Order: sequence, then C-alpha cells, then structure tokens
Amino acid sequence: MIGDYTYTEFTSILAMQGFAGLTLFSVFVLMALGLAIIFGQMGVINMAHGEFMILGAYMTYLCSQFFSVYLPSLFSIYFFFAMILAFAASFLLGMLVEWGLIRFLYRRPLDTLLATWGLSLILQQAYRSIFGAREVGVTLPDWLMGSIALTDIIEIPINGLFVMGLTALITLGVYFGMFRSNWGKRMRAVVQNRTMAGAVGINTKMVDRMTFGLGCGIAGIAGSAFTMIGSTGPTAGQLYIVDTFLIVVFGGAGSLIGTIASAFSISQAQSTIEFFLSGSMAKVLTLLTVVGILMLRPQGLFTLKIRR
Amino acid sequence: MLSIDKLHVAYGQSKVINNLCLDVKPGEIVAIMGRNGMGKTTLMKSLIGIIPSRSGSIKIGETPPESLENLESYQRVAKGLAYVPQGRMIFPALSVRENIETGLTVTGQTTVPPLIYELFPVLLEMKDRRGGNLSGGQQQQLAIARALASNPKVLLLDEPTEGIQPSIIKEIARTLCRIRDEMGLSIVVSEQVLSFTLDMADRVLVIEKGEFVHDSPRAGIDEKKVSAFLSV
Repeated sequence: MIGDYTYTEFTSILAMQGFAGLTLFSVFVLMALGLAIIFGQMGVINMAHGEFMILGAYMTYLCSQFFSVYLPSLFSIYFFFAMILAFAASFLLGMLVEWGLIRFLYRRPLDTLLATWGLSLILQQAYRSIFGAREVGVTLPDWLMGSIALTDIIEIPINGLFVMGLTALITLGVYFGMFRSNWGKRMRAVVQNRTMAGAVGINTKMVDRMTFGLGCGIAGIAGSAFTMIGSTGPTAGQLYIVDTFLIVVFGGAGSLIGTIASAFSISQAQSTIEFFLSGSMAKVLTLLTVVGILMLRPQGLFTLKIRR
Repeated sequence: MLSIDKLHVAYGQSKVINNLCLDVKPGEIVAIMGRNGMGKTTLMKSLIGIIPSRSGSIKIGETPPESLENLESYQRVAKGLAYVPQGRMIFPALSVRENIETGLTVTGQTTVPPLIYELFPVLLEMKDRRGGNLSGGQQQQLAIARALASNPKVLLLDEPTEGIQPSIIKEIARTLCRIRDEMGLSIVVSEQVLSFTLDMADRVLVIEKGEFVHDSPRAGIDEKKVSAFLSV
C-alpha cells in the first residue's frame, strides 16, 4: 500500500500519467523544435511563437469544418491535409514577419523580444476578431478516438500515440535538415557569422527568411497536434510560450538533443507531480528545480565543446 | 583580371580610401603593404562588399569584365571573387569539411575538390573536427581552402600571416604560389611582413592614407624604400 493506493494501482497511475506526460512531451518538443531553430540558432527571442502555433491550430479547425461540410467522405484523413495547411500558413506568415520585422533586428536581440511581443498581441486580437473569443475544438475522425487497453487498469489513448509518432517523424526530419543537408549547413554558417557567410557565397537574406519561416512552420504543426489534446482559443498560445522557452534554455540553446532531453524531463515531472499534488504545485516544483540547475549550469544541459 | 577604378570608401565623414585605381593581371600576385590604419582591410572589405563603396568601379574577368560595385557579397563570390578575412573567421561549430563545403555554395557542387585537400593535407586529416578546435595556422589554411572552394578568379587575402609562426608563414607563401600556378588565379594580398611579400609577390604596392604611394615589380624592388614606408 502506498497512500490510499495498492501497489498495482500505483504503478498503473504512474504508467498512465507517464503516458499523458509523453503526449505533453510531444507537443512541447514540437513547439520547442521551432523555437530551438529561431531562438537557439538565430538568437531571435520570438514571443509570438505561441501565436504561430495557434495559427496552426485554427487552420486545423478550419480544415475539420471544411471537410465535415463539403467532403465528409474524406473526413477520416482530413488531419493530414490540416497539418500541411497549418505548416504552410505558419511558414508563410513567418517569412512575412521576417521580411517586415525581424530582419531589421538581428543585431538587437532584446528588441526582438518587444517587437515579437507586440506581434503576439496583434495576432491574438486578430484571432479574436476572426474566430471569436470562444474556444473552439475539432472533431477527431473515429480512428483517432478511443484507447487501447493494455491491462485492466492501464489505457493508452490513440490520439496520444499518433501525436508521438508525428513528433518522432518531425524531430528526425529537423535533425537531418539541420545537420545532414546542405541547407542546414548554410543555416548554421549564417547564424554563426552572418557577414562571413555572405562573403563565402551564401545568400544570407534568403537563408534567414527560410530558417525563420521553417521554425514558424514547425510551430504550426505543433498547433495542429495541439488540437488533439486541448481546445483552441485566441490566447492559448500564451500558456505554452513560457514552458517552451524554459525547455530551450534548459536544454542548452542550439542543441537538439538538449531540447528533447529537457522537454522530456520537464513534461514528465509536471504530469506525474500534477496527479498527486495540484497543477500549480507541479509548476512550482519543476520551475524551482530548473532554476536551481540553471544556476549551477547556466549554459544548459547540453553544449558544444569548442574553443571560442 | 581585377580592375578597380577611382574607388572611394568612407565611414561617415572620414574618408579611408581615396580615388584608388588598381589593375591586376591574370595570374599575378599583388601585395598591398602598409602600416596599421592606412586602409588595407577597408579596401579588402569594400572589394568583397562587406562595406559599401561611395563611388568608383570594381570589375572582374576579361571577356567581358563584369561590374561588382552594386552587388551583394554572395553575388560577388558567384562572379569569381573569394575572400580570406583578417582573423580567419572560420565557422567554429562547423566541422572542417563543412567549413570548406560552405564555399561550394555558388558552384552547385557538393563534394570538396581533391585539389584542395592536396594543397592542405592537414585539413583532410582533421576533416571531422570542429573548425574552432584547430590551431591558428590550421584555421588560416582552412579559411584559404574555404575561399578556394568557390573556384574563384581572384583571391583576396587580408593579412594571412597575422599571429602565425615564421615556418608556417613560409609554407603559406609556397602554397599561395602553388595555388596561382595550378589554379591559374590572381591573388591580391594585404600584408605587413616584407619578407613574406618578397617570397611570393610579383608586384608590391604601398598604401598610405588610402592611396597607393609606391608601385614596383618584385624584381629590382628598393627594399629600403619600402621598409621606410612600413616603419612608424
């Protein structure tokens, strides 16, 4: 007996909360991957990252509405179209924002914080005006609903599994894109030394725009996945932005493995503690731990070892 | 191969390069010498397009010469100009191989030409190390290799001997001559070390307050006069 629970009940709770944590982890990773590119690599403090995610969520919502009214026969696979639409919308808005705002601020990281915060307020109001202040939810196709019963007590929701698979796929994609492709090499060269990258023949403006757009596009996919576990409102992005920055900073800016490791530890800690204590206590405990670790290791969990 | 005509460069009100003219022939190695603050680095930076020029023209190539003065850096590289900056400026977190590959961008190729590793065998040995973990002399070789990867017509080098031991300076001089002979490109190098210049340059120019005050071929150069310009 542990507290009021028997031993099997306790392990089942741990397993299910652990799985709920894995779903949260997946959304965190998707959010943080975009930010790891934009903040970790480019050094832009993008406070509007949550709003890019919500844009993806609204696109998914629109898609589900569209398919249920006009193409009910294809409703079961609308989610794949929704993800593409979410990526494209956030990617294009990201490129537009880079062109209109961010490109003037690369040497002034603190100004990007103010500018993108303003942008996030503008976007929130835009969502409120267009989609209304009430939260909206999407209807999932049948095959994504329900759960798999592993034992009598442990049940694993299918949409959680789907989000996890999606995250794994996109993480792999980002890894190969950043560290194995020509585009990734150019991107890393540009963020390390913008002037010199131009002087070896790289079109830095183009690379900057694509990189920012891609980070935003991944946030859009995160938003798409987000609709499965929460409802979408104009300010829902705000709830996640702090956690996302926390993950990127804790993992070590610029390290993909670090981002994943810190997303894992933070989401697992939160969802497990949440069950036994309250949500706010869970937040307090994780924040305290992270602050403590960052005081001892300000560069984050993982860093590159090179002479500077 | 490279011709500069009436080039003016200024930072705000302070004029650094005044009415500068220079003609570099194909396969020629030109050394630009001068004391600190006389405009060597500014000239190099304005040639590659990091600093905008006020007026004047920069042309590259022979048939027909192409104007560079209104292009962005990466477009100048595509036209055949390559640049090795003062202080090397390699990408520290990229591996040696990746560093060289960034120079391939304008050529559309994806593999490093074997000639580059032949010129700098040490880079082949260390190709998977991060650029930032190389020594100063190795980083200098990496910076030259990166510039050569874009298959240039004219190579600009800004003080390549800065902070490098004498034996390696001699080696760099030999390598530059070899690059000229094997790749057939023109080289413009800014320098303070006279012995290094005499080891490789075909022509020596002295820059003072943004203007050339001395111009002579290496054969029959008045060494005393040049060192008088260089001494403070």
